[in-house]
Amino acid sequence: MIKGSVWKFGRDIDTDVIIAGRYCNISDPDELAKHVFEDLDPTFVGRFVQGDVIVADANFGCGSSREVAPLCLKAAGVAAVVAPSFARIFYRNAINIGLPIFEIPSVAKFFEQRQSIQIDPGTGMISNLSTGASFQAAPFPEFMQKIIGAGGLVNYASERIGGLGNEK
Amino acid sequence: MAMTMTEKILAAHAGLPQVRPGQIVNAKVDLVLANELSAIVAIEEFGKIRGAEKVFDPHKIVIVPDHFTPNKDIQSAQVAKKVREFALTQQMLYYEVGRMGIEHVLLPEQGLVRPGMLVIGGDSHTCTYGGIGAFATGVGSTDVAVAWALGEVWLKVPSTIRLEFLGKKQPWVSGKDMILYAVGRLGVDGAIYSALEFTGEAIADLSVAERLTMANMAIEAGAKNGIFVVDAKTESYVQGATDRPYTVYQSDPEAEYAQTIVFDMEDIDPQVAFPHLPSNTKPVSQAGDLAIDQVVIGSCTNGRIEDLRIAAGLLKGKKIHPRVRCIVIPGTQKIYLQALKEGLLETFVQADCVVSTPTCGPCLGGHMGVLAEGERCVSTTNRNFVGRMGHVTSEIYLASPAVASASALAGRITEPGKI
Repeated sequence: MIKGSVWKFGRDIDTDVIIAGRYCNISDPDELAKHVFEDLDPTFVGRFVQGDVIVADANFGCGSSREVAPLCLKAAGVAAVVAPSFARIFYRNAINIGLPIFEIPSVAKFFEQRQSIQIDPGTGMISNLSTGASFQAAPFPEFMQKIIGAGGLVNYASERIGGLGNEK
Repeated sequence: MAMTMTEKILAAHAGLPQVRPGQIVNAKVDLVLANELSAIVAIEEFGKIRGAEKVFDPHKIVIVPDHFTPNKDIQSAQVAKKVREFALTQQMLYYEVGRMGIEHVLLPEQGLVRPGMLVIGGDSHTCTYGGIGAFATGVGSTDVAVAWALGEVWLKVPSTIRLEFLGKKQPWVSGKDMILYAVGRLGVDGAIYSALEFTGEAIADLSVAERLTMANMAIEAGAKNGIFVVDAKTESYVQGATDRPYTVYQSDPEAEYAQTIVFDMEDIDPQVAFPHLPSNTKPVSQAGDLAIDQVVIGSCTNGRIEDLRIAAGLLKGKKIHPRVRCIVIPGTQKIYLQALKEGLLETFVQADCVVSTPTCGPCLGGHMGVLAEGERCVSTTNRNFVGRMGHVTSEIYLASPAVASASALAGRITEPGKI
């Protein structure tokens, strides 16, 4: 069960503001985590508490394919991102690397900054503990559930290679 | 059953007679691209895949170090070195500085992407290749690593939005203005999870270069891919680049579209996208009086020889505004040489422009033209997000090579017809 404070963001949060291009030659996730949302709010990293949750409006993660965007959020301790929709490359990357994301229509208007949020990753039930409202996230297609279940795409691919090997 | 071009290519690569929007398929990839920034993360992930030592087929994997090259600092040099060593050890297709170009300009030019192919790339602008009738989409580094190992990728079949451009282009209107206009109408998430299929008389009239420009920015409307019909112009372009075979797919007349949006070319003037979204477009004639500090002409969107010819045509025999810095970046070494032979580079230098070796540098605030506090830049690139090209308070105005060149001369955002 995920339980934390809400960090509220608007719509069209792009990957350049999640992690600026100038840091994209850094591979160490912990180093990247020091610069999360730097151009949007330089105080974010100092204030963010590990285990807290981002609730954003539509099209979160638009722009570049940089995988360091979900990677630095995960490294910064973001427990989950909840939004009405995600840009498709960010969505793939999050599933592939194991950053929990949840899609719920119009969700942003039901959460305010620093309200308390609880997420059951197994069922996709999301509650605003401050208001008592609760929401059901769209279920992931079966194939994506397999990737999530395997712990990410790398593990899934390892299983596939193992499987292919057994067929020989 | 009737299918769109996108659906046909996905079905063929998934080994299925047909696919439907929403269906998830495992598709064979014809080419996997990465630049140094996506490759460095992919190499790390590839190492974690148990049982993967050699890549599935090194001739179907391309590495182009183009983002922070020629290396801008020690950190970038270290990244480039590690990527180079991995690419050479794995015997991948590798394009080094001096033999390379900006990835999405280089690959079609080299005949590495062709109609009907399924291409994925660790770069969001991989969708460029839809301009010549390929299915091409950007993915992250883990997807790249797994495709290196397995030669396949999981894809959700997108529904297709059809954009029909009716009539003839007005003076000074280019493919860039058409895609800026379309992104403005659709919004930055108007085509999320979808394919964009470009059709109509005005599309048939476009050069291949302009189609590549338009497909390049399909991602700015949130699209998975952008795709153009393959016609005589495409075939002539592809046959000029390579002898290798290709497959032409056409959408069936009865194919189902999620939506059809019709644009009248009468309504499309030269466009500019204001900060800080590519969808924040308006006609250049309504830009107001905005003094500028820098102009960038180049990138995977507009770094082709046709773009440089338009810019040189406006700049020839003139000097850019004394307060403006203008950076011109030919997209590949081949384009650089062609521009040299045609005298375009001389025109740029005599107009007081900088001419750079191919690099993505300034587009993502890397190097070769990073912006200071409050500076304004007219750029032929594809994104104008907050801080994209430098300081968080700097401003990027996206436009065509013609508008960028006219603005460099005037020192403010200007219509090419007014020069």
